Amino acid sequence: MKNIVRVILTIAVVLSFSAVAGAAETLNGAGASFPYPVYSAWAFDYNKVTGVRLNYQSIGSGGGIKQISARTVDFGASDAPLAPTQLNKDNLLQFPAVIGGVVPVVNIPGVKAGVLKLDSEAVCKIYLGETKHWDDKKIKSLNPGMKFTHDEITVVHRSDGSGTTAIFTNYLSSVCPEWKSKVGAGTSVNWPVGIGGKGNEGVANYTKRAASSIGYVELAYAEQNKLAYALLKNHAGTFVQPSFKSFEDAAATASFDPKKDFALWLVDAPGKDAWPISGATFILLAKEKKGSNMKVVKFYDWAFKNGDNKARELIYVPLPQSLKEKIRAYWKAAGIY
Amino acid sequence: MRRPTRRNPADAAFLSLTALSSFSVILIVIGILYVLVSESSLAIQKFGVIRFLESTDWDPVKEQFGAATNIYGTVVTTVLSLVFAIPIAVGIAIFVTEVSPNFLKGPIGAAIELLAAIPSIIYGMWGLFTLSPIMANSIEPFLKKVTANIPLVGLLFEGTPMGIDILTASMILSIMIIPFTASISRDAFNLTPGVVKESAYALGATKWEVVKNVVLPYSKLGVFGGVVLSLGRALGETMAVAFVLGNNHRVTTSLLDAAATITVTLANEFAEADKDIYLSALFYLALVLFVLSFITLAVAKFFLLKAEKKVAR
Repeated sequence: MKNIVRVILTIAVVLSFSAVAGAAETLNGAGASFPYPVYSAWAFDYNKVTGVRLNYQSIGSGGGIKQISARTVDFGASDAPLAPTQLNKDNLLQFPAVIGGVVPVVNIPGVKAGVLKLDSEAVCKIYLGETKHWDDKKIKSLNPGMKFTHDEITVVHRSDGSGTTAIFTNYLSSVCPEWKSKVGAGTSVNWPVGIGGKGNEGVANYTKRAASSIGYVELAYAEQNKLAYALLKNHAGTFVQPSFKSFEDAAATASFDPKKDFALWLVDAPGKDAWPISGATFILLAKEKKGSNMKVVKFYDWAFKNGDNKARELIYVPLPQSLKEKIRAYWKAAGIY
Repeated sequence: MRRPTRRNPADAAFLSLTALSSFSVILIVIGILYVLVSESSLAIQKFGVIRFLESTDWDPVKEQFGAATNIYGTVVTTVLSLVFAIPIAVGIAIFVTEVSPNFLKGPIGAAIELLAAIPSIIYGMWGLFTLSPIMANSIEPFLKKVTANIPLVGLLFEGTPMGIDILTASMILSIMIIPFTASISRDAFNLTPGVVKESAYALGATKWEVVKNVVLPYSKLGVFGGVVLSLGRALGETMAVAFVLGNNHRVTTSLLDAAATITVTLANEFAEADKDIYLSALFYLALVLFVLSFITLAVAKFFLLKAEKKVAR
């Protein structure tokens, strides 16, 4: 009996010590669910190297912004960049951490991945419901030599609010004035046509099941589900494949500006090989909390140096070197690096 | 005779503890109501009550919100699921109480309870991956073909069958509420006094006549209460329908169209609601659902109490 008591006491003492130690070495973050897998993979490796734990709760971008504004976490994460005015209002810092891409996928009998060519106008008209059939003149002229039947297009979009939708609708808004005035951009919008799937998996599932359909998913889902992605004509006029290379080109040629806290939608980037629909996901810091900010920054600095391969493994696009340097200068200017 | 004034201290502590537990429930309900009202105050000010309930707008980009499409979807899926569920549930209850041999009662009861114990997310996944393709490929095209030439009824089955629609969602909901309706109906049937039933049999009534003329009239209030309780459950069900309803903010006449219920909208849009008025409108929706559920439960309780009184007399 005595022994048992002793064992329990010992465990309790050890636990309480480790809890105290853990509390000092844990970083708490909350926000976007899109980068959650890569943040946790980085956190796992970082913990092995430094012993610092990262506790990231993927509660959604809206929640992340709320939590950091209320100062209940060490950092927040958002798929949508906050405008400098809002950052100033809540006294926040912002920098991008990793990049993801959105890919239009189609299900047309006989059409394989990377065959169908689309441009911004075609995608916009389809999602506005103005182009109703695959044998539309516009689509035919983009794809000379391809045979289309007069099948009705089933449009698939997200039913839940999501950063993916925000990126996609920002793309449509920036390349298509009609979309901007009729629908606009946001985490969920009032879709003119189509059916809604819950999550990337929902959209992937419906696109696979419905004949002659089109949807949009994150790059990782398109790859994993072997969906037939389409080629897109970018700002420079080239038809590009969705690939690490085209996403990195988009990130490298986009004008991320530290003076605007990097607030930028990474759509319709000017690079010659740039994929037109991608987006960075952002980290938010409370300006006045220098101590914890330095720890968060240390983690991301480590991830920028050592995490690129891990990110690619999980089909995220690491930031280009030039952007990483800009972010480091931004940290320095804020006195947290 | 009065109770002895000297009390055991443990007794007093126990009593106050139970009282505290009960009051905490009331406090929690009031607390939830308070949070819902205060969080939705922004939307209440902007949209008012009647306008919010009437408006079919749901446009987060232009910040125009209304509850009508959500209420419509909620009511239609709920009513439809009751239509599917009630005959089956009442049939189960009649079989278990009146028809079934004793050795079958146990297994059937256990199966029903098991159905009630399945978490709703599992119904949702099953609906998305199993039921929805079946609906899209076989059942819905069949219904479409059969009803195509019937006026009005044909309108119910317009559009491309996708399996993500009101019909599929209602089917899943009905499977979920069958156990509730069935077990409450069974309890209600059991309240029928054996003497009355035996007299009917003695007069030469068949089983069907006994059920129709004795058991059902005797227990109809109880059954009705059970139905309203299931209605309350169907109203608030979230995950099972979130996967197969599509969250489409439009009022449609076709059962093959996607729709949105209040809970589906909340589950889909809460996490990424990035504007204050958007979040507030979602809380406002939750408040509407709170009131709806409250009314439903009050009605159910009223009928169940009435049924018990009738039996007691």
